[in-house]
Amino acid sequence: MSAIEINGLNVWFGDGRDRVDAVRTASLAVAQGESFGLVGESGSGKSTILRAITGLAPTWSGRISVEGKNLSGARRSRDFYKRVQMVFQDPYASLHPRHSVDQVLSETLHLHGIGDIDRRVPTLLDDVGLGPRFRFRYPHQLSGGQRQRVAIARALAGEPHVLLLDEPTSALDVSVQAEILNLLTDLRAERGLTYLMVSHDLPVIGHMCDRLAVMRGGEILEIMDVDQLRQGTPTESYTRELLAASVH
Amino acid sequence: MSDPLLEVRDLWVRFPTRQGIFDAVRGISFQLGRERLGIVGESGSGKSMTGRAILRLIRPPGIVEAERIALQGANLPDLDEPAMREVRGQQISMVMQDPKFSLNPVMRVGDQLAEAYLLHNEGGRRAARLKALEMLEAVSINDPERVMRAYPHEVSGGMGQRIMIAMMLIPNPQILIADEPTSALDVSVQRQVLSIMDGLVRERGMGLIFISHDLNLVADFCDRVLIMYSGRVVEVCDAAKLQQATHPYTRGLLDALPRLDDPVRKLAVLKRDAAWADAPSVAS
Repeated sequence: MSAIEINGLNVWFGDGRDRVDAVRTASLAVAQGESFGLVGESGSGKSTILRAITGLAPTWSGRISVEGKNLSGARRSRDFYKRVQMVFQDPYASLHPRHSVDQVLSETLHLHGIGDIDRRVPTLLDDVGLGPRFRFRYPHQLSGGQRQRVAIARALAGEPHVLLLDEPTSALDVSVQAEILNLLTDLRAERGLTYLMVSHDLPVIGHMCDRLAVMRGGEILEIMDVDQLRQGTPTESYTRELLAASVH
Repeated sequence: MSDPLLEVRDLWVRFPTRQGIFDAVRGISFQLGRERLGIVGESGSGKSMTGRAILRLIRPPGIVEAERIALQGANLPDLDEPAMREVRGQQISMVMQDPKFSLNPVMRVGDQLAEAYLLHNEGGRRAARLKALEMLEAVSINDPERVMRAYPHEVSGGMGQRIMIAMMLIPNPQILIADEPTSALDVSVQRQVLSIMDGLVRERGMGLIFISHDLNLVADFCDRVLIMYSGRVVEVCDAAKLQQATHPYTRGLLDALPRLDDPVRKLAVLKRDAAWADAPSVAS
């Protein structure tokens, strides 16, 4: 059973004259425990696929199934959010500025119906490499990398099987990026997580993923192995251009 | 180096805070000739503050102090505000990171370009219009007539940044300071914008200060690189020799980048050493 299976997905915004087709007949399958990358330029529809899965893009057609269960519309069950979680690009924007780390994590645990919150919060912090002294801090007292660790801890609270990662390190410095990517690698190895990761940075995708899909103008141009990317032998000329522009 | 365009000596940028004075830039010195000088560092290293301090664009309560910022015989810290305004644009121009925030959203592109011309030159609207068209062509915009009529929200990020570059080059400055000019752009557009900027800077024999967090981009694009850490310059090297850099901070930054041609299971993590921040700046 695939962790994520998408068949003929269309996502659009607006209607009539203003209709924008953000994703057109996209199909892909991510196996259990696999790490799959989506690359492309801005506006290629890569983030929109993640948003359609989580119900943040309500107007879509086609078939999306997660761990064998078909999804419909924009509503997702509680059970879905326990299995699938998303980490956003900008940790400055994705954490509530007036909630302490403790509030953020406690509320999430509560929503997942998990008890013993007082003991679980320090464990969660420990899992993402933050000590107990961070528990009562507010986002503005944390660096960008620490905030992203909190966002990852929040995603891990319900012990999900699938993480959707939307440019998780694009807003961070390279040295901090290395720390966060290492954390994500370790977490996947320890917990057998499945990743669907969006990035415009080909070396980052090359480092993190087993396979990747190249997107352009809402369509998936090709799906390939990371080895193929490393050897610089993609089939599509567009991918070669992208590769040439990003490798120095 | 023969006849530097700009000489900076012992530049400090300070911000008073509740916890005492915070030094964003701590006594750096460098010279800029007719070359492309890169300044690289992570957020908080003081690289943007350095660019802004040269043009005195640090708002109070920030304080800029320098022994010397020499531009063609004039010492910039000695100039009063009206004289400084003459320097900005006329002699030193600056391109910022995001064109969305540096273009006026309620003014047509053509009018903004013409304004830049009229501010610095004698001549009527017709001359300004011709100059604006010429500059848009110089930055490889195919249909300048249409772009002149467009509002900033109607153009793409890459085109917006090219418009900014055109605007900054209208007064014919000798020095261009570009602060992360391509960070908000896609990689494919990045190259195009850089090569346009490169061509114009070479053609006019200008000096360029290129501020970026992207080591590889700077290595590719610049002649010389200053690496900043915590308000000081820790290393200066030829861009072509960046891969052989010796300072542990520079090495750490280089090793932290994932590489397609060299897969590793875990990335090297930069271990910071308090001594780096204390060591005096490297002069160049």
